[in-house]
Amino acid sequence: MERIPILKMGEYLLVTIQVDMHDRLAMSLQDDLTSRIVSAHAKGVLIDISALEMVDSFIGRMFGDIAAMSRVLDAETVVVGMRPAVAITLVELGLSLPGVRTALNIERGMDLLRGLLDARGRDDAGSA
Amino acid sequence: MATDAIASLYETLQRDEATLLQNWVDTQVNASTYRPDRTSRQELIEHSRRFLTLMRDAVRSGEQDIMSPAWAGVRQMLDDFSVARAHQGFSPSETAMFIFSLKQPLFDRLQGALGGVEALNRLWPMNLLLDRLGLYTTEVFQRGREHVIIRQQQELMELSTPVVTLWDGVLALPLIGTLDSVRTQGVMENLLQRIVESGSSIAIIDITGVPTVDTVTAQHLLKTIAAARLMGADCIVSGIRPQIAQTIVHLGVELGTVITKATLADAFAIALKRLGLAVQKPNAPRRRDEESRDARSAGERGEG
Repeated sequence: MERIPILKMGEYLLVTIQVDMHDRLAMSLQDDLTSRIVSAHAKGVLIDISALEMVDSFIGRMFGDIAAMSRVLDAETVVVGMRPAVAITLVELGLSLPGVRTALNIERGMDLLRGLLDARGRDDAGSA
Repeated sequence: MATDAIASLYETLQRDEATLLQNWVDTQVNASTYRPDRTSRQELIEHSRRFLTLMRDAVRSGEQDIMSPAWAGVRQMLDDFSVARAHQGFSPSETAMFIFSLKQPLFDRLQGALGGVEALNRLWPMNLLLDRLGLYTTEVFQRGREHVIIRQQQELMELSTPVVTLWDGVLALPLIGTLDSVRTQGVMENLLQRIVESGSSIAIIDITGVPTVDTVTAQHLLKTIAAARLMGADCIVSGIRPQIAQTIVHLGVELGTVITKATLADAFAIALKRLGLAVQKPNAPRRRDEESRDARSAGERGEG
């Protein structure tokens, strides 16, 4: 069965979705990602969907779910590279994904993640 | 009977063309629909003469159906005439009167030539013919108008959705006119496409030119902002007039986390601050610290 690779880069996990998502693939991605966040002690997750051309409400909700799960596991999630057509579809479906952070491309997404983790580090240092 | 009528119409046109033309033009000039400001008598004579000549040729064929090839010349002339009048701003009745005003001089002439019952019998088919020509004029006139309207709609559509780059990484979308579903769709696609192309992370939607904001308009705006956010760009709504602010609150529209500013300048200032840029006078280095301190405190007030 095909799987979406999850790459580890330091304290970040990188997921690049290159194929059309179907429901089972989405579920297995959820499983794999949550277990990888735990096993790799990841602090940040970057999901690149610039190759994704089609979404439905299920996949849309999955992004929200993954972000929420990561937050529970103490990792920040950033979704990058969403295409205009995909964005319009999600909004029309009523899924504006309020809990998901987004960025235009991988570079910006990585900057955003670093910024978030820095801010968090400062907060921890401040409260300690 | 109809054939007789056509024959006598041809005869009249043939024999009395000069007088008929004279009377017809007089009727047109004396009619209440005459517009001396839009068309001159000379022009009117020109049009009328051409029409009479073309009609005589059409009638000679004996054909009564104005959509037949024999009447092609007359139709062509009326097409040009009506479209020109539509563009000049004539009303439909003023345009149709061109044909209808021919009735009286023509029927007078016929009455004089034939007299009594015979003339009456021949008047009816002729009347029908002229009515059809008059209606045809109105139809063409209407088409000309519609054409103008469609073209204007397209032009408006093109004019109304420009996306401009204010700075590297800052786009602005000055919206002008009412936002309906069709327009919003175009605006949304245009903006998102430009965000991808330019890699901009901030888009300012300026609604100074939007006359009214109702719940539907607000909904459209929020959708556009949500879609841009999904792609990783933040939107700032600017140009909110006092009345619009009141309307938004009265309607109970929830703008949520959307940043709103009163003017485009305020929105641009925020955008620059986010990009870590500042505007300063080139020859005032001492002011720099003060300004950045001011900007910081203003920003804190704004964010809080």
